[in-house]
Amino acid sequence: MYKIRRYLLCLSFIGWFASALAPALADKEELVIGITQFPSSFHPNINSMLAGSYIHAMTARPFTTYDKDWKLICLLCVQLPTIENGLAKIEHGPSGRDGIAVTYRIQPNATWGDGVPVSTKDVEFTWRVGRHPQSGVINIEFYRSLYKIDVIDSKTFTMHFDKVSFDFNAINDFQLIPAHVDAKNFDDPATYRNRTAFNTTPLNKALYFGPYVISQIVAGTSVVLQPNPTWYGKKPVFRKIIVRVIENTAALEANLLSGGIDMIAGEMGLDINQTISFEKRHGDDFNIIYQPGLIYEHADLNLDNPILRDISVRRALLYALNRSAISERLFNGRQPVADSSVSPLDSVFAKDLKGYSYDPKRAAELLVEAGWDRLKGGYRYNQAGEKLSLQIMTTAGNRTRELVEQILQSQWKAVGIDISIKNQPARVFFGQTVTRRTFSGLAMFAWLSSPENVPRTILHSSNIPTEENNYAGQNYTGFHNTEMDQLIDRIEVELDREKRRNLWHRLQEIYISDVPVIPLYFQAQSFILPKWLQGVQPTGHMYPTTLWVENWRVGND
Amino acid sequence: MVQFFTSRLLQSVTILTIMSFVIFVLMGWMPGDPIDLMIASNPKMTPAGAAHLRDLYGVDKPIIERYLNWLLSALRGDFGYSRLHSRPVLDVMFPALQNTLVLLGCSFVLALSIGLPLGIFAASRPYSKFDYCINLLAFAGISIPPFWLALLLIIVFAVLLGVLPAGGLGVHSGAGGIWENLRFLILPVASLTIASVGSHTRYMRSAMIETLRQDYIRTARAKGLSHRQVLLLHALRNAMIPVATVVALDFGSLFSGALITETIFAYPGMGKLIFDAVMGNDFNLALVSLLFATVMTLSGNFLADISYVWLDPRLSYHRSDQK
Repeated sequence: MYKIRRYLLCLSFIGWFASALAPALADKEELVIGITQFPSSFHPNINSMLAGSYIHAMTARPFTTYDKDWKLICLLCVQLPTIENGLAKIEHGPSGRDGIAVTYRIQPNATWGDGVPVSTKDVEFTWRVGRHPQSGVINIEFYRSLYKIDVIDSKTFTMHFDKVSFDFNAINDFQLIPAHVDAKNFDDPATYRNRTAFNTTPLNKALYFGPYVISQIVAGTSVVLQPNPTWYGKKPVFRKIIVRVIENTAALEANLLSGGIDMIAGEMGLDINQTISFEKRHGDDFNIIYQPGLIYEHADLNLDNPILRDISVRRALLYALNRSAISERLFNGRQPVADSSVSPLDSVFAKDLKGYSYDPKRAAELLVEAGWDRLKGGYRYNQAGEKLSLQIMTTAGNRTRELVEQILQSQWKAVGIDISIKNQPARVFFGQTVTRRTFSGLAMFAWLSSPENVPRTILHSSNIPTEENNYAGQNYTGFHNTEMDQLIDRIEVELDREKRRNLWHRLQEIYISDVPVIPLYFQAQSFILPKWLQGVQPTGHMYPTTLWVENWRVGND
Repeated sequence: MVQFFTSRLLQSVTILTIMSFVIFVLMGWMPGDPIDLMIASNPKMTPAGAAHLRDLYGVDKPIIERYLNWLLSALRGDFGYSRLHSRPVLDVMFPALQNTLVLLGCSFVLALSIGLPLGIFAASRPYSKFDYCINLLAFAGISIPPFWLALLLIIVFAVLLGVLPAGGLGVHSGAGGIWENLRFLILPVASLTIASVGSHTRYMRSAMIETLRQDYIRTARAKGLSHRQVLLLHALRNAMIPVATVVALDFGSLFSGALITETIFAYPGMGKLIFDAVMGNDFNLALVSLLFATVMTLSGNFLADISYVWLDPRLSYHRSDQK
């Protein structure tokens, strides 16, 4: 009897303990988002991290951005300036060449969190900060080109750029800073990046004018956002949004399953393989969205390597790869095969151009033409007895890349190319090997870009990193093509959409024909959302879903 | 005594100066710089823009010049700003330090209060079934990889049972806040404690067994003292001398954090802070955090030296007094 009583007592204690530990049921007025990165700064123009953009998009709005269909739209501005509507006018720039004047009007009801209207004073102050060489603003080229701002009234202003570029009205990265809060911190521009209110008092609601304001920050762990009472747009549904940072993706997944977080953001969450594996196990409990985007996975070729200098070898390398099978088997077909750096979702993508389909026979023929005609032990040799041997490198520890790398190695081996793998930690790979072009053969990594992003930094010959230019530029392949240089120069300034499309067509043609790079696939972002959350619309580009957070809602439709 | 303290202080200052230089130079030799990270995340950054930012952040200056600038500022009490967090270094470091002290302090106290009695108990019945059981558990604790244990705890208690949060930091306030915040600590503390109980038990057990073999213990038993008296009054104090060294080293690690546990449980402590600072080329933060951890390790050793004298009065602070 005593034993039974003791047993029951133990059971009731365990029951009480478990109930005391169990968290309350999730409140649907609260949304907890899991991401893998904590922003280094909450200043929108100094921060360069995606985590910063992701959170800032809930607390403010850029004048313009690309929407989910990759069309340029106004967010903080009232009307998109164009030559046709007269809000953009070609004029003479200060250097005598053509510049452009672009007029914007701020949303009339836009108000900072403390009730002060968003005005042209903020526009002028933001510009002043951006122009100053010591302010630490990232997008230096934009501010260098924006040489003057004319204030028309408290809500209207004209920007003067010293050059005419096709995307003259896309001022997506011109993020306003409140003059009435932060101007005093700019007295000493050299220390501004440390003294800005975004870093010293980030909970000050006067820093924000978006649907939410930041109400709590636990460094490295979480950011809590609450609705901004002065927000001029559609009222957001969630009374509280918590962005929790969990860097370890296994722990991120465990937190989702345990209810610690409600969703995993596609912008900074699980990689595609982890999501596919997660979907197999728990796909019925969540909405999983795959959004192909603008992260272009590829292998740069070092064109200084005598083997790779031969265009036949470069083409053979592509013919030997069954990239469709890689995409299908590894990624369930979720990551589309790339034929160039232009995404199939981009408006300037050339649909009629054919890339390289899997044709090992043609690959072998090309290698023979290139002089690699002797087969010994399964590998090719030239007449001098040299082995067709190349080295591929990527970031060590990136499981997806390492897996793809092994498949590439085996497919190239099938046509007689000896590929050795030498991976390095990301810090070494990007910090030295790629930036200083010390990789001997292939370097596999990804480029992040925006819609209709002109590849000046990666394909123009003036951007080849060398010791003489202190390794400036990102043309790591060493690609030099005069026509390509001219096309890049012309695309940047061509305002006529159709003419520009033709130039883009030719650019992609050269890219496919010259093979400076082995294109692999476009990475897909994977969003894992609770069934009850609606309205999240992945963009696939660098501008995050949170720019439309006020459309997120609870529902089952 | 004064001579002992002065000598240790001078040694510590020398070690710290050398350490600061070595850390600075090693970080400077690492490939890449912070601007590389910015380039990777900004497709529109031009070479001129990157060069301008390198100049602005001073990462293009010679390493010795940068070290001397840092040293001069540090001597004036200005430890600079953290580049990764855009805040003064000390403002970034102290909250992380506080979190680490709570996490590792709880685990340290728990591990000692479980490990030492278990070790003593096992040593008092060597090669018994109980001893074998404790040894088995101790070896299991030592051998289990921390990341695996942490994930196992998360899967069992957070995912399957759903009774504890899978990670993070409790930031609740008010009446129920303390309990809510403690819930976040249970799994990481358990993970760290399980890993260190094993080693404490093993150290204590072997030190105790060694002590129990001594002649003076045999004499104490011959005098008719009880087993408990022999164990706790005669053997324990002497057995604690080697254990004190291990505990002192553990004390130092209280301030440098537990990287793997902190990462898996998304706990913002010193381990993660130092790792991110080193990898992110945040010289100011990495240096101050590592030097602080060094100071604490030196202090731990210093406390261990003092505890030796307390545990064994035959030892002295003066070398000439030692026989």
